[in-house]
Formats: sequence, C-alpha cells, structure tokens
Amino acid sequence: MSGVSATGTLGTASSQSPAKKPKKRQAPDSVLGTLMKIVLLGIVDAIAVYVLIQLASKHEWLIFGISLAVTLLINWIYLRRGGLPAKYLAPGVFFLLIFQVFVMLYSTYIAFTNYGDGHNSSKEDAITAIQLAAQERVPNSPQYAATVLEKSGTLYLLVTEPDGKAKLGTTGEVLQEVTPSTKSSTGQATGVDGYRTLEFTDLLQNQQAVTAVKAPISDNPADGSLATSDGSTAYVFAPKLKYDAAADTFTDTTTGAVYSDNGKGAFASADGQQLSTGWKIDVGFANFQRAFTDPNLSGPLWQVTLWTFAFAFLSVLTTFALGLFLAIAFNRADLRGKRIYRVLMILPYAFPAFLSGLVWSGLLNPEFGFINNALLGGADIPWLTDPWLAKFSVLLVNLWLGYPYMFLVCTGALQSLPEEVDEAARMDGASAWRIFRSIKLPLLLVSVAPLLISSFAFNFNNFNVIYMLTGGGPRFDGTTYDIGATDILITMVYKVAFGGTGRDYGLASALAIIIFIIVAVISTISFNKTKALEEIN
Amino acid sequence: MKVRSEASNKSVTRRAFAIGSLGTAAAAALAACGGGSSSTSSSSASSAASSAASSSAAPTGAAATLTLWTDAERSPALKDIAAKFKADKGIEVKLVVKDFASVRDDFITQAPTGKGPDIIVGPHDWLGKLVQNGVVAPVQLGDKASLFNPVAVKAFTYEGQVYGLPYAVENIGLLRNKKIIPEAAKTFEEVVAAGKKAVSAGSAKYPFLVGLDPKQGDPYHLYPLQTSLGSVVFETGADGGYDASKLGLDTPGGAEFAKKLQEWGDKGSKVFNSNITANIAKEKFNKGESGYFLSGPWNVPDAVKGGVDLVVDPLPTAGDKPAQPFVGVNGFMISAKSTNALAANEFVVNYLSLAEAQDSLFKQGGRPPALLESFEKASADPIIKAFGDIGTNGLPMPAIPQMDAVWADWGATELKLIKGGVADPAAEWKKMVSNVQAKIKG
Repeated sequence: MSGVSATGTLGTASSQSPAKKPKKRQAPDSVLGTLMKIVLLGIVDAIAVYVLIQLASKHEWLIFGISLAVTLLINWIYLRRGGLPAKYLAPGVFFLLIFQVFVMLYSTYIAFTNYGDGHNSSKEDAITAIQLAAQERVPNSPQYAATVLEKSGTLYLLVTEPDGKAKLGTTGEVLQEVTPSTKSSTGQATGVDGYRTLEFTDLLQNQQAVTAVKAPISDNPADGSLATSDGSTAYVFAPKLKYDAAADTFTDTTTGAVYSDNGKGAFASADGQQLSTGWKIDVGFANFQRAFTDPNLSGPLWQVTLWTFAFAFLSVLTTFALGLFLAIAFNRADLRGKRIYRVLMILPYAFPAFLSGLVWSGLLNPEFGFINNALLGGADIPWLTDPWLAKFSVLLVNLWLGYPYMFLVCTGALQSLPEEVDEAARMDGASAWRIFRSIKLPLLLVSVAPLLISSFAFNFNNFNVIYMLTGGGPRFDGTTYDIGATDILITMVYKVAFGGTGRDYGLASALAIIIFIIVAVISTISFNKTKALEEIN
Repeated sequence: MKVRSEASNKSVTRRAFAIGSLGTAAAAALAACGGGSSSTSSSSASSAASSAASSSAAPTGAAATLTLWTDAERSPALKDIAAKFKADKGIEVKLVVKDFASVRDDFITQAPTGKGPDIIVGPHDWLGKLVQNGVVAPVQLGDKASLFNPVAVKAFTYEGQVYGLPYAVENIGLLRNKKIIPEAAKTFEEVVAAGKKAVSAGSAKYPFLVGLDPKQGDPYHLYPLQTSLGSVVFETGADGGYDASKLGLDTPGGAEFAKKLQEWGDKGSKVFNSNITANIAKEKFNKGESGYFLSGPWNVPDAVKGGVDLVVDPLPTAGDKPAQPFVGVNGFMISAKSTNALAANEFVVNYLSLAEAQDSLFKQGGRPPALLESFEKASADPIIKAFGDIGTNGLPMPAIPQMDAVWADWGATELKLIKGGVADPAAEWKKMVSNVQAKIKG
C-alpha cells in the first residue's frame, strides 16, 4: 500500500516537474490558501510537539532527534516560497522511508540476531522473568491472612498465622510477634498502634511496592520470606535460583549449580543445562551459515529449489495460455452474452486463495471428493498423496485460481491493439494463426511481459496455495524437517523457521533475504531480456 | 494530481489540495514515527517507572484499569464478574476482544514492550512458550487449589509453579449413537466388533468414525488408544511435570501401536479411514451412518440437533493400560509485565475462582468447569458429566515447548501407517522417534 502511494506521488511529481512554471507566475497565496496552510501545518506541528514531549520524557534522544529534524524539514518545505517539487515529493518520500526502507532494514537487522522464542527481549527482562519464576512457595507452608501497614514511607506486612498469632515484618526485618490493636471478625489482625493500615485503594496506588515487600521469617534466609501477591494473603517463598549481579550468574539454591551467561543469549550451567528464558543478542552470520550447512536442509534443498522454479514457471505458463485463449475467444465482436461470460470467468479471482485451497483439498479427497466421486465415477486416485499427482494438483488448482487475472490482463491488452494491423494482415492473406503468432502475440507481449515476470515472482512465493492444499506433502524421506514434494522455498522457510521447537525470526529473516536475492537476480535478468521485446514497437 | 494541471491560475484549490495531502501525510508519518519509537522505548520507560514505584511508597495516582484479552465467545461470560469487581473494588476490567488465534503470539511480542494486557485467557499448553519468553507471572492459588479439579491445576503447573487459574477442562470421549449400538463396550476390540456387527446388520455404514487430517493424521484423537498400549508422548520427571529428555513414544507399546494402526487402517480392517476428515466424520455420524464417533464436546450440539440418540462412553482400551486422552485446560494467566499485578491477582484468584464466574463461563462455552462446585452443578447433564469424568483420568497436554517438535512427525507417521503398505511398522515408528529426538536437540 505504501509502495503504491509512494511511487504514485513520485510519479506525479516527476511527470509534473518539467511543466514547472517560472517563478514570477507563482502568485502570492490567497487568504484562504494561507489559512488552510496555517491550520494544516499547525495540526501537524501540534502532533509533532506532543510526540516530541513524549519522546523527551522517555529519554529516547535518537528518535527525538530524528522526529525533530523531520518536523523542521516539513515546516521548511511548506513555509518557504518555491520548491514546488519538494512539496509534492515530501509525503511520498516519508512514506517510502517509514514503510519500506525501515521495514527492510529492520528485517535485515533481525537476520543477524537470534530473535525468536526464548530470545524475546532484553537481558534485564530475562533476569527479572527468571527471578520471578524462581520464587517458589515453600512446599506445605501455610497460607497467612495478610494486611499491609505503612509507617514513615515503609510498607510492612502484618500476617496472622493459622494459630492466631500476629506477626509484623518488612524487607530486611525479620517477622516479630506483635499485639494487634484491631482485629477483624474472623480474628485476623488488621492494625498495630503507630502504623497506618492501607485500604484497598491505597494498595492499588502502590502495587509494585506492595508485591515487592519480602519479610524474612527467620534469620536464616534459606527459610524463605513472606510476600503477598494480592494484598490479602501471604505465602512463604524461597527462591530456587539466586542472582548474583556482580558475577552475572544464577545459583541453584538446592543443587548449587551455577548458571552463567553462555554468550548465546541464555544462562547455562557448565554441563549445558539452560534456563528457559533467554534474551536477544547479535549472532553475526550464524543464521546464514545454518541455511547452507545444516545436513537436513542441504539434501532436500535442491529438490525444493528445482520444484519452486518449475512451479512458478509452469503456473505462469498455464495461466497465461488459458487466460489468453479465453481472452481471444471472448474478444470476438459477434459473441453474444459476452459480459455474463466475462463475469463468470472472473469469479475464481474473487475467492480468497486461502479458502480455495481448503475447498479444493476437499474436492480432491480420494474417496469422498467430488472429482473422483462424481467426475471420475468413483475412481480412487490419490490426488494429494502421490508425489507427482500432488505436484500436478497444485498446478491445476493454481491454474484455476490464476487464469482470471491473465484473462483480465490479456483482454485489456487485446482491446488496445490497433485494428488496422490486423486488417492489413488479413488483406495480405495471412491465416488467423499467422496473425496471432506474428503480429498479435508479439504486440501483446510488449505490454504483458512485465506482468508475467511479476506474476512469476508472485508464484515463486505463493505460500497460500501450497500450504492450504497439500501442506507441502507428501513428505520426503531422509530429512528430519517436515519438508515434502510440493514444498516451495517459502513454505520450506516457514517450516524450518517455525516448525521446530519454536519460532526463529532470525533464521526466517536470513532465509527470506536469500530468497529475495534469488528473485531479484531472476527478475533483473528477465527484465533485461524483455527489453528486446520493446524493440518491436 | 489532476487538480494541479488544471488549476494553472487559480491557486486556491491547488494549494488546499497540496497542503491537505501534506497535512495528512505528515501527520501519518509522525504518528508512525511515534508508534514505531514507542514500541522500542516504552520497555525502558516502564522499567524506569516500576523502579521508581518500588523505591518509594509514594502514590503514583494512576487509576487502575485491568486489560483482559479474550475472544468473542468468552467475552460475554466475563461481563458480569467484571461488573462485580468494579462495584466491589472500583477497578474496571477492560475486556478486549481479540482473534483467538493471534492472542498467544501477540502477547509474546507485546508484553516485553509494556503494552500488552494484564490478563489473558487461553489454554494451558501455551505455558511453555509463555514461560520461555518470560511473559507470564506465577499465580498463588493457595488453599483455593483444592477447590479445583486436580488435573486442571496440574495442567497449569509448569516447572513447579502454577501459572494460571483454570476454568474449563476439555477432552475427547467416545460418542455413541444408542439407536445403532445400545450397549457400551469396554475395550476397543469390543467397540470394533459392535461397530462391524451394526454394519453387517445394515444399520450403519461405518464401524467406527474418527476425523483424520489428510496431511497430518490425528495423533490427538488417537492418543487414548496409544496410552492404553503403554506409550505416552513425554514421561514425567521428578517434579511431576513432563520431562523433555524422556520421550515416551520410544517404548515397545509405541511400536505395538504402530503395528495396530496398520491393521486398523485402509489396507487392513478399515476401522480407520485416512480419507475421512473431521468434517466428513461429523457429517456421517450426525446422519446416523455410524454408531461410534471418537470426538470432543464441540461436536455434541450438532449431533443432538441432527437427531442422534447420544451417550458418551468412557474411552475404550486397546491394551492393558488405561486409555488416557489429552486434557486441555483453559484458564486465566497474568502478565509478568503487568503494572497492576496486585489488582490482576485479586481479580484472577479471588473473583474468577467464584462459582458464579465459572458457572457463567460454563453456560457460554459448554465445557466442564474446572471448579469442582461448578462441575457438580453442570454434572446434571449426563454428557457433561461423562466428559468431565473422562478428563479427570486424562493427561494434561504437555505444555513444554518441545511438544511443537513432535506433532508433524507423529501425525505424518500415523497417517502413513493408516494408509498401509509399510513393511515394518515398528521400524517406521522408530524412525519417527529418532526424527523427533533430533529436532528436540535442535
């Protein structure tokens, strides 16, 4: 979407710029125009100032700087006289930068990290999460009724033991028995002289502070400490893992095992045991390396690549052939009910490929599917489970999905061909086939060839059809990955990056970049080749 | 674009257009800038805020609002309890309806930025991923734990900690059409015999129905048969949770199950038919073309509507061990990054555990409640009771992330065996086991 708007604006600007008027003809702004300008710029600046304040309060100075520069640039562009092309160019360029360049750079960055499941956030977050998970309730310890008290800015936990004894403590202060000044109807201590009892609304105001209070139950820290998570009940917790900030290690309090930063974005012990929460780090070219050196990938990779090319090429060829044939057939001037036919023709195009894939996989069911049952008289043809038939089925369904597009394109192109050439050829006695082969097709290809190339690129990454129809199956033997005979590169990437024990965005980005390079090379070569076609004109 | 070429001397329209487009463009650009930046910046901001809050007990002054991500089905059931919470405690619970399929992944990506919800509702088998990514906080059920179905609490226990408050238990059972097969059977052999008898008597077309995916088979539905032969997915470790290093598929029982699958499959007795998908199976059962359907409570309403005289039998055994299905437990989980942890805990532990909350969730979803008191009430319906009783003896679906590595190979191998023509089913099973082991090692 952004690409369309960006190029659209750019196109306008560049096509208009030769017609730029001399400076003197730029009349001073009318009152209304000036007003509009001030109001709209004012709105933009108001938003910008709001965003800038937000950024400054969060100390995001780099983004603050960029936003400030962009705001100043916008004001400069639209407040100064002249520079009309810039006024038209600016929005498009901004969209291009934000939605395309930034996204591309960001996914390239991801390709060099281990971002994925288990490596989701920063190291600080991981440490907090591990500490949180390691706070385990001491087995068979009682549940205490708790009240939170406050004295000169410090929060205290007042707990009532199951036998009715009231005790008071806070972080760093061991629980001491106290005599409560007030009690609830159930015998729970609710207040102590000299301390203020926090009501629920007070608790809400200090949620982090309340849940952070840990009152040790004895001088020995291994006995654990009392903490509350809802302000009304407290439990005895003892951490299973202790974090040592100086050494940057976790120590298991029961086994004594030490977990240290293993340099791969996780805490691991000497014998390779990893703590489950890790963090995101840069891994250099490791993801790219894995794509080429994993023995389970290198085997089926060439088969998948070959089939990807075959699938993309055959898809374009078959859809174009059928689309063109129908376009010519329905282009006859003397055909009746052309419009109805054309609408019917376009119907498959209106269906989401996702849905069609599922519907077709039902139609191709060997025993209950419509194709075998009704059309082939109960034949038991394994459309989707035999490797070659599955490939054929994928192409067939893609033909059904794709020909309406080609039909539309070819109809448009055919109708724009000059009638005279056709007529002249017929006067010269050329046969219909000759006219088509030597005149119409070359002329058609001039305008359609770029679309065929983009259609090739689209089918190269046609995830929906493959995934919904066959899921890539039937499977190959000899690889532990879930890769099969109809998998194309993009579905293989999906399965490799997301089909293991977790999602691996880093690997997925790296593989996507590799596929992008392949597609880019092919497109460049083909576009250069198709330039030859334009010489016909 | 046309405006400009036409308005050669009248500048107003042109300028208005140009400035208008600039205004929206720049505003959008800046908004996008702001949006993009805040996702990177707010994590540091929120951690700064939380450290400030914990260093001093000074009131922050923020009115507490809890955000709960739910799906459209559960949202109405939560409205009443949220209203009660607001009336009692003055805290609003904002129910944000999200597409169920995207809740887990969105939560994992958004929680670290501080923008995620305080509470989510989902199945327990998300836990492995959520803990691995450090986005959920443990929940202390305390004495309340005894009020719940033990399987439900066990399901929400991960690495020794309870991470959620369960509310519904879900598992499969053996659906039987009493009109076709009047008597319950105990073993799978008896079930098959009864089914075949019905087919030969002409009262049914298929001896037995279970939905199979043409790409993946269906290890979930076939699991009770496998466990009754003595093969689980993962063995349990010392702490009572599943141990990823002990793959329970790799047992003689597993190989036995592989052999049986081929016997029951397309080229054998045709008890299982690889061409019958979940939809086809449901349709055939509802039309009365089979006496048995191995399925879950989600297919009950349509079967009853279709005129099936339905009873739910305990799962039949194929071997000498009990037939244990996977149990999926739905519950509420609290974000590790919630700035309203206290309020969230209060709502989840003390309000969602109330019988009225669990009752209304049951009324809306129809799954057996996890709270025993609510389950008692719901058990008035014999079908709910039957599913609930089966679930009590079931095994929680493993929540460990390694489970992801199992499904594809497991299903594909089962499907291959059902299709038949495998020379050595035990070897095929063994190959699957080594594939899975390789995947888990990574």
